Amino acid sequence: MATAEKQKSDVVLKYLRPKKKFPSVWCPGCGNGIVMGAFLRAIDKLGYDKDNVAVVSGIGCSSRLPIYLDFHTLHTTHGRALPFATGVKFARPGMKVIVITGDGDALAIGGNHFIHACRRNIDITAILINNYIYGMTGGQGSPTTPSAAISTTTPYGNAEKHFDPCDLAIGAGASFVARATVYHTPQMERLIGEALEHRGFSLVEVISNCHTYFGRLNRQGDPVAMIKAFKDNAVAKARAEKMTAEELKGKFVIGGLYRSDKTEFCDEYQKVVDAHLVK
Amino acid sequence: MAEKQKRLLQGNGACVQGALYAGMRFFAGYPITPSTEVAEGSARELPRIGGRFIQMEDELASMAAVIGASVAGMKSMTATSGPGYSLMQENIGYAYITETPCVVVNVQRGGPSTGLPTKVSQSDTMQARYGPHGDYTAIAVAPSTVADTFSETVRAFNLSERFRTPVTVLLDEVIAHSREIITIPEKGEIELIERVKATVPPEKFVPFEMTPNKVSPMAAYGEGYRFHVTGLTHDPMGFSTNEAKEIGPKLNKLRDKIMNYTAEIEKLRIEMMDEAEIAFVSYGSVSRASLQAASLARSAGIKVGCVQFCTVWPFPDDTLKEVLSGCRKVIVGELNMGQIVHEIRRILPDDVEVHSVLRYDGEIITPMQLLEKLEEVL
Ligand SMILES: Cc1ncc(C[n+]2csc(CCOP(=O)(O)OP(=O)(O)O)c2C)c(N)n1
Ligand code: SF4
Repeated sequence: MATAEKQKSDVVLKYLRPKKKFPSVWCPGCGNGIVMGAFLRAIDKLGYDKDNVAVVSGIGCSSRLPIYLDFHTLHTTHGRALPFATGVKFARPGMKVIVITGDGDALAIGGNHFIHACRRNIDITAILINNYIYGMTGGQGSPTTPSAAISTTTPYGNAEKHFDPCDLAIGAGASFVARATVYHTPQMERLIGEALEHRGFSLVEVISNCHTYFGRLNRQGDPVAMIKAFKDNAVAKARAEKMTAEELKGKFVIGGLYRSDKTEFCDEYQKVVDAHLVK
Repeated sequence: MAEKQKRLLQGNGACVQGALYAGMRFFAGYPITPSTEVAEGSARELPRIGGRFIQMEDELASMAAVIGASVAGMKSMTATSGPGYSLMQENIGYAYITETPCVVVNVQRGGPSTGLPTKVSQSDTMQARYGPHGDYTAIAVAPSTVADTFSETVRAFNLSERFRTPVTVLLDEVIAHSREIITIPEKGEIELIERVKATVPPEKFVPFEMTPNKVSPMAAYGEGYRFHVTGLTHDPMGFSTNEAKEIGPKLNKLRDKIMNYTAEIEKLRIEMMDEAEIAFVSYGSVSRASLQAASLARSAGIKVGCVQFCTVWPFPDDTLKEVLSGCRKVIVGELNMGQIVHEIRRILPDDVEVHSVLRYDGEIITPMQLLEKLEEVL
């Protein structure tokens, strides 16, 4: 292994649970592992104390990610990771709380929790692994499945419209919103790092490959072909601003998309309580 | 400052005071009649003592936040009524399998569905027993007065900490909204039980360890122990398992840690049972009518007694059998179409007559109604 690669994997190894059995539950080549690596390198760069990090997830292939990590980990019920994380964060405002979620977990069954976590602007970083499909249950349609795409529950093509998770988060009040892909890993690592350091609700949507279902059903090829397509279809925000809607068709914008410095929920709670009870 | 004080409180207010006495520091909830005053009281009181209140977007989220806060080390509670209690079942099951202490107050109202928001009912008795999917061993307590609501809420916290499990307080709307004078006990007057804390070095910590009493010591997030919590059936380390040899012991642990210690959980109020040939059996608000009916009957020379169970689940099979052993007839009063009566029928010999007084029209059972039944079965 090249030295740079070895250094990279050594960093990751520092944060994997010594007692957890590998291999992981994921299909070989699944993007979830790439997200895990980028997340751990971002944490390592920031030098967080492992004892002060809680990683919470719901249900899905993506939500299995925390299991392998040597932090406080809470693998909860389908869609509910954000309210569980809200309980942890509000009880221990000093703790770094991260939610790992999927497009179905966050936006279908957990959609209501998602918009309200954004609205509260509670200091949680959500990493939403968007593979456009339900992986764990075998390839059914999700709220991000594109129109006309095939899934096992849209066998003739999807008649529904899809959510843009970033637009949804911005509209609902999140104060840091970014999009990355599993091709652009250094950027993903940087964006996750910025999200972690941001005080308020932060969302990093990561476009990822489920070649086993989405790729196969939609004839998008193996992981390499799918990830290459992410490279081809991603447009940096600065460039996108100069493009027409027509030119942007079928593309997606990556990078930091939105940032504001509105007050964070736990801070604000303390502030209003102190102001009232002190007088 | 003398902490012992008399106060005029609603049942819902006494519930908040009991929770604070027990050490509640976190409340998450969603407004619903007739429980809302529990949330409002918690919103007012918790910030004064460094605690936290949050109104969540629904009851699924409320239950989730309560569990998250408990895992992070805070004694936590939520309060709701039937429709919300149904939504909470998903994560009550999660609290059960992850062995996370927490208290759920269900101020019952008439159902099914939106039902009767402002009317009294005991129709969630079986939901409290069998609500979550999967095999489940429930603990539920039921107060019959405002003073009781204080002490039963304290007991609910104690039981949840002692057994590392969710505990339901089944409150009747008429108690929740009645005002009575109660004496708030002084600090220390009621013993408080805290979860057993992990003391081993972190590398030796087994979060779901099989101990002799099957309750595992607990660590909170941020205390130097890093561990995994999952709603998947898990091994003692907390990691999911599909091994038959690990699944059985885990499910047995969840049941046995409670069912092997029912003596600690049971609580019955037994009145006028000396030489009683007939007994009124009930819980919650109905017990007040039963007590009055029994004393009226006694003064007329009829040998009637009264049994109230303050712990509804686990059902006190053996003790109740013993207490009722001298009775030929039992009259069970409940505010539903007949739920707890089947438990009583189940435990009593066939030659004991079991009669029901049922009411599910939103009104209370009166002593007169019980006496009419008594007359009929005499
Ligand atoms: C209440 C509930 N409903 C349904 C399921 C079944 N289920 C498990 S994972 C999943 C979808 C997960 O999809 P997504 O969040 O996109 O994650 P992925 O597996 O694609 O990473 C569903 C429907 C469940 N576990 N719980
Ligand atoms: S099914 Fe799809 S999302 Fe799940 S592990 Fe396999 S490739 Fe990844």
